[in-house]
Amino acid sequence: MRKQKLFLVMMMLLTTTFSWAASGKNSIQIKGSDTMVNLGQSWAELYMEEHPTDFVAVTGGGSGTGLSSLISGTCDIAMSSREIKKKEIDLAKAKGINPNEIKVALDGLAVVVHPKNSVSQLTLDQLAGIFTGKITNWKEVGGSDKKIVVLSREVNSGTHVYFKEHVLRKGDANSKEEFVPSALMLSSSQAIADEVATNTSAIGYYGMGYISPKQKSIAIAHDPAQGFIEPSIDNVLSGKYPISRPLFLYTNGEPQGLVKKFVEYMLSSEGQKIVTETDFVPIKK
Amino acid sequence: MRKLKESIIEKLILLCGLASVFFVVLIFLFLLKEGLAVFKTISLKDFILGKSWYPISEPAQLGILPLIMGSFLVTIGAAIISIPIGVGCAIYIAEIAPLRLKEILKVGIELLAAIPSVVLGFIGMVTIVPLVKSIFHLPTGLTAISGSIMLAFMAMPTIVSIAEDALYSVPKIYKEGAFALGATHWQTIYRVVLPAASSGIVAAVMLGIGRVIGETMAVMMITGNAAVMPNSILAPVRTLTATIAAEMGEAVVGSEHYFALFGIGIVLFIISFCINVTADLFLHRNK
Repeated sequence: MRKQKLFLVMMMLLTTTFSWAASGKNSIQIKGSDTMVNLGQSWAELYMEEHPTDFVAVTGGGSGTGLSSLISGTCDIAMSSREIKKKEIDLAKAKGINPNEIKVALDGLAVVVHPKNSVSQLTLDQLAGIFTGKITNWKEVGGSDKKIVVLSREVNSGTHVYFKEHVLRKGDANSKEEFVPSALMLSSSQAIADEVATNTSAIGYYGMGYISPKQKSIAIAHDPAQGFIEPSIDNVLSGKYPISRPLFLYTNGEPQGLVKKFVEYMLSSEGQKIVTETDFVPIKK
Repeated sequence: MRKLKESIIEKLILLCGLASVFFVVLIFLFLLKEGLAVFKTISLKDFILGKSWYPISEPAQLGILPLIMGSFLVTIGAAIISIPIGVGCAIYIAEIAPLRLKEILKVGIELLAAIPSVVLGFIGMVTIVPLVKSIFHLPTGLTAISGSIMLAFMAMPTIVSIAEDALYSVPKIYKEGAFALGATHWQTIYRVVLPAASSGIVAAVMLGIGRVIGETMAVMMITGNAAVMPNSILAPVRTLTATIAAEMGEAVVGSEHYFALFGIGIVLFIISFCINVTADLFLHRNK
């Protein structure tokens, strides 16, 4: 008897899964950047409240993961915190997919240390020095005599790529700078937040959305003469904060049907309000 | 009629047996096909002995020596911790413990084996990592030794249960002979039972090590994953398995990074194949 019941439940589960998969028309899959996953989920939840017949599934995994599933056709929208690479465009074209870029929000990357660390401002050059391993002790940048523990995201993270290209290499495409090999590679922004919160000699970076009182964010200057800028929404919006980046969505060709409806919702004033609520910076006021 | 039924069942079972072999061969061929493609862009020597792992740079640097060293360092550390404790535990269960206690200990060991590795990794992250950091006054506790301690717990159930089996299967007359000659209990264990079960114990140790070197999740969570040539067990390391797990999601299918990850897969396959064959040789010598 019990076995029969169990079987029945299994069958029901199976049929619901299949019917979901079959009703492809009013469901979309969104995949990609871990930085954007909270944002994407808030969008999806509120959108589904307004349109109860539509179904939007959002999963993370990293910008590269999202783009490669767009290329292999397993998601409808890829979220990415970096621009698509030329290699990926070529690969997509070869598979008949035509990546279409939509800018949906801005993000400031916060550089964080433990609240007890006496260093609270750094120049971009000092940051590059720390993350490439040329500066190894906090006393070289005005802190106490302690070894610097460099934390980074894994290579599947758009944040990792952006930080390397814009801080370590300062946007120079020919630069060969790399993260110091002894940098600890952590698999999520939350892991970096946790390690910084408990380790007084650690330094790490993540999207502004993760800033909390357990970490101290560093004010950064392009040129110390022009002053050090805190990572805040106003400073990112005005373009003063030096490490900020656009966040993208990629679709296959011009968005159509439900994808189009959802993209329009994200860009609407309501959608952009959610951007502000999740600590990112809207592209439209 | 009975004969027909019998032969159909026999054929079916034969098919099942062949299928598993067939799948293993398919997996191995796939691994080779994808993994060997990396040697179009990099020589075997630069791959195995290269000291820099920067897979997504242009041009990519695909040296896996730091990863191999990382895997070995964590494994050796785990072996040093788990072998004495595991073998000691097996001796106690097989030879000394009273029956009641024996049953309780065996259940305990089985429970240890049942804990999912990601859970062990998580526990390690919040307990062992801060502990290692404060004991050794390190800048960070995400080090090889944290991984070794955690993995020792994972190797222990394998080592204990197989070694205990080997000790248990030593013929009773050996022991009775030793006792009759006036040997004490410890002398019997040390001089008679242990040597008689030695090949089984070596097999147990090898299988335990095999489990450690293939472990991924817990290691990825607590060893720091820095692809640097490790100079001490108190430094962060990146293992072969963690590299594949962390990077496979990003690798563009068909890129040299993707092929290099499959190349790492081949290296891991060869290492665990060697370990399993050694274990098997010892187990069969026993019989």
